[in-house]
Amino acid sequence: MTVSREGTAAAAPSIVVNGDPREVEPGLSVAELLYGLGLDAAMVVVERNRQILARQDLAGTPVEDGDRFELVHFVGGG
Amino acid sequence: MGSATPADGPLVIADRSFASRLIVGTGKYRSNAEMVSAIRASGSEMVTVAVRRVDLDRSRDEGILHHLDPAEFFLLPNTAGCYTAPDAVRYARLGRAAGLNDWVKLEVIGDDRTLLPDTTATLDAARELVADGFRVLAYTNDDLITALRLEDAGCAAVMPLASPIGSGLGLVNPYYIREIKRRLEVPVIVDAGVGTASDACLTMEQGVDGVLMNTALAAAENPVGMAGAMRLAVRAGREAYLAGRMASREIAVPSSPAAGMLE
Repeated sequence: MTVSREGTAAAAPSIVVNGDPREVEPGLSVAELLYGLGLDAAMVVVERNRQILARQDLAGTPVEDGDRFELVHFVGGG
Repeated sequence: MGSATPADGPLVIADRSFASRLIVGTGKYRSNAEMVSAIRASGSEMVTVAVRRVDLDRSRDEGILHHLDPAEFFLLPNTAGCYTAPDAVRYARLGRAAGLNDWVKLEVIGDDRTLLPDTTATLDAARELVADGFRVLAYTNDDLITALRLEDAGCAAVMPLASPIGSGLGLVNPYYIREIKRRLEVPVIVDAGVGTASDACLTMEQGVDGVLMNTALAAAENPVGMAGAMRLAVRAGREAYLAGRMASREIAVPSSPAAGMLE
């Protein structure tokens, strides 16, 4: 038995969020990923594979296998 | 009667003006409530913030925007913690993407014991960020040549240190700071090293345009009290500078008339 390309694509994407590996359900958008993590998109900046994602693109950008996300926000600093 | 102290104008950086010449950081406070109270007591309008990963396992309200209203304070994102120009550029872009403004307090550290800046990397990052449309306020050494190059690179302000970050050692080289102020046209903000009110006052007496501090407030026994003292000290130092100090001399000159003494 062989695993088709389609079968691989339907598997849960493995991604890395802030350095930690995670598996997410297939077909998520980045906006849905944030929602699932309990984050307010208005308070977070998303870097996907070293590219900053504009807020208006979060809903239209799919989470893909191998994606590396950095989710950052402002904290106290000098 | 003599004339009053010359009227001071606002601190103008790029296209913005600020009534307060004191800029404060938001790090290391014991609580967010204390931080906000201290910032209000300082009278500062511009406050610095850092860019860090969201902690996915902790509470959801740790972000500073839950405590500081960008309508009340002008938030200046920094690149603190960056040791290379590419990292600083990356952090600056993340800060800008938060959507508040296109300003950045550029900081590229070269040594983790002294936190002294890597001036070569700072210059590289400054050039790239200016080309990318940022208003760059560059933390740097008290070195005139680097300060001049940062100005040439298009920085909106140059921010030499008083002494190492968080050290509280005060203004270690007033002469270098004065010379930087004399030679630059962009605002000179002394950033880092101020420990107490006299340090802030002495710094402002050198004629610089402003002072930026964080630990002096956050690590004071009473941050709100120290913030009020710093507000007065920055103002006093500025007014003393504008008023023009007397010449100092190493021999006493009596203040009361020598004539008219009794036999």
